[in-house]
Amino acid sequence: MTILSLKNVQKNFGETQIIRGVSLDIIEGEKHAIIGPNGAGKSTLFHLISGRYQLTSGNIRFKQDQIENLPPYEIARMGLARSFQVTNIFPRMNVFENVRCALLWSKGYRYSFWHLLGRQRELNDEAMHVLEQIGLKDKALFPSGELGYAQQRALELGIAIASGAQLIMLDEPVAGMSHSEAESSVQLIRKITEGKTLIMVEHDMNIVFDVADRISVLVYGEIIATDKPENIRANPKVQEAYLGEVPSA
Amino acid sequence: MAMLKKSAIWIAFAVTLVGMPQIFDSILAISILNQMAIAIVFALSYNMLLGQGGMLSFGHAVYFGLGGFLSVHALILIEFETMVFSILWIPLIGGLFGLLAGLFIGSFSTRKAGTVFAMISLGIGELIAASSLIFSSFFGGEAGISGDRTFGPTFFGVDFTQNIDIYYVATFWVFLATLFMYLFTQTPAGRMANAVRDNPERAEFIGYSARKVRFISFCASGLFAGVAGGLFALNYEFITEENLNAATSGRVLLMAYIGGLGYFIGPIIGAVILTLMNSLLSNYSELWMLYLGIMFLLTVMFLPRGFAGFIMMHQVAWVRGTLTLLIKPYIITGVPAILFSLTAILLIEMSHTEDEIFHFLGMALNTSSSVTWVVALILSGGTFFATRKSLGQLNEAWESANAISKDEQT
Ligand SMILES: Nc1ncnc2c1ncn2[C@@H]1O[C@H](COP(=O)(O)OP(=O)(O)O)[C@@H](O)[C@H]1O
Ligand SMILES: [Mg+2]
Repeated sequence: MTILSLKNVQKNFGETQIIRGVSLDIIEGEKHAIIGPNGAGKSTLFHLISGRYQLTSGNIRFKQDQIENLPPYEIARMGLARSFQVTNIFPRMNVFENVRCALLWSKGYRYSFWHLLGRQRELNDEAMHVLEQIGLKDKALFPSGELGYAQQRALELGIAIASGAQLIMLDEPVAGMSHSEAESSVQLIRKITEGKTLIMVEHDMNIVFDVADRISVLVYGEIIATDKPENIRANPKVQEAYLGEVPSA
Repeated sequence: MAMLKKSAIWIAFAVTLVGMPQIFDSILAISILNQMAIAIVFALSYNMLLGQGGMLSFGHAVYFGLGGFLSVHALILIEFETMVFSILWIPLIGGLFGLLAGLFIGSFSTRKAGTVFAMISLGIGELIAASSLIFSSFFGGEAGISGDRTFGPTFFGVDFTQNIDIYYVATFWVFLATLFMYLFTQTPAGRMANAVRDNPERAEFIGYSARKVRFISFCASGLFAGVAGGLFALNYEFITEENLNAATSGRVLLMAYIGGLGYFIGPIIGAVILTLMNSLLSNYSELWMLYLGIMFLLTVMFLPRGFAGFIMMHQVAWVRGTLTLLIKPYIITGVPAILFSLTAILLIEMSHTEDEIFHFLGMALNTSSSVTWVVALILSGGTFFATRKSLGQLNEAWESANAISKDEQT
């Protein structure tokens, strides 16, 4: 069953066409990687799906609903969560608050001004549990803006996964991390997306071939192939357009 | 444990509020305490916008003033027995209208934060201030409107003729308003206000409309500003256009800023300091607004997190028990700094006065003698350089009091 379906999605910035008619079906429960050279439009595609940008044309369906051009908060409430390539946290709040805020809507608190957060046992336990998973439990009360890079990336991931959304989209979640940090993040991603659908932009081919059930290759705003990892590896078009440039490690 | 500590703080706050007029019981003191009470609620309500919600408003007096005007009208209605209830509840009327104004104006002004919000707040402020002079049947023109709080049913025999009666009414509302404003910060809406302040974009990706979050804070802020306006109406029994114009909006910004935006207690400190300056300094000097301006500048430049931030800066040293290391350095810097301030004030005042003999700290100084001037100039120059020279040792002491040893680093 498809959980997310893009039909001929296009995006122009002024005169320039950045996404040139992307159609893609994401199957419920799969781990889907999007790869492609820098500037191909991977992040832009994420922004279109998650509501940050308006589409120039095309349709996006998430579960039963058309979601193109809905505001991000409505898409998020339907169960689509995402992280950002450039760290995007709440810098003046502490680490715990960052994660707890990310949990609020899914826990049904909405805009409540009659619940005292300190008393919400289940909510607080769950926030702590997320901190434990992302390895920031001992930094719970630390101002998030003063965390180191890798820890901010971990928090970025934590905010995305906290709500337990059905569809999780991660934009280069381990970019800039050391090898061991990336390793443990990938472990974590694998664990928390179990039973969920994952779409991930990633440059590291080892990680991609390791995690992904299917891979889409985006080049200059077009998807040139969507297939299983072994078929992608063997696809001459892909090798020419993309894999050839990357020293296969 | 944390619960117990928090209750203790609130009990201490209540005791302080009730105890103040026992210690400071002169007529002047009671009048100052009443002003403080009003200012505390007003400044805290302002901080819901700026400190907690990231909305810089130049028109917050609108909600204070409208609440105040409606409250005076309510007093008039009570006086003519159109309505019968104790004037104790007047601040609720103020709050209700502050809230209504917030609902209406917030519905379009909270769409964006930043410059757009600031400019809209300025525009609305000017608009309401101008309208208040035009619609004089409601606002009373330049003279404003006045009421009388001694009508209406008494409250257990209290008829509210004395300022001290009003102080206790104010105390009740200040405590309640402060408590509710604090509790608001602990709710999902209050916490999301911080999130939207920090990063409105990301807030939308975790399910919250930044605009709606701002709108809720904005309405709550209007409500409490209105309560403060109601207290004002009770205390002064009149209100004029001045109470909703830009000068009043500017003053509440100063209070919150000088006190410290980042801390719940900051605006309380700011309200106390500014009220004291306003009522005490203005007795001594016509130039107190100038000193207020200088203080604001110095705060912005050297204490960007306000007085509360300055106090909180010492937390690390306090926990580590190294606070005593700072006493001597503070004295070494503090003494010349105070002397410099005094001589600077003397020079400013002497330039301003037209009297031949100027009285300063019990001295009678001849302002037409050049000796007075030369001595004052030398003193201020000397103390200025002494202050500057002493900063080095203060810095060093600060570093060593706050230095984190290797094993504490994680
Ligand atoms: N807001 C924008 N305005 C104009 N051009 C943009 C904008 N965002 C992205 N682009 C352009 O779109 C192209 C794709 O960018 P992006 O989606 O970030 O690529 P990727 O994530 O694949 O590296 C780039 O050429 C970039 O300059
Ligand atoms: Mg990108």
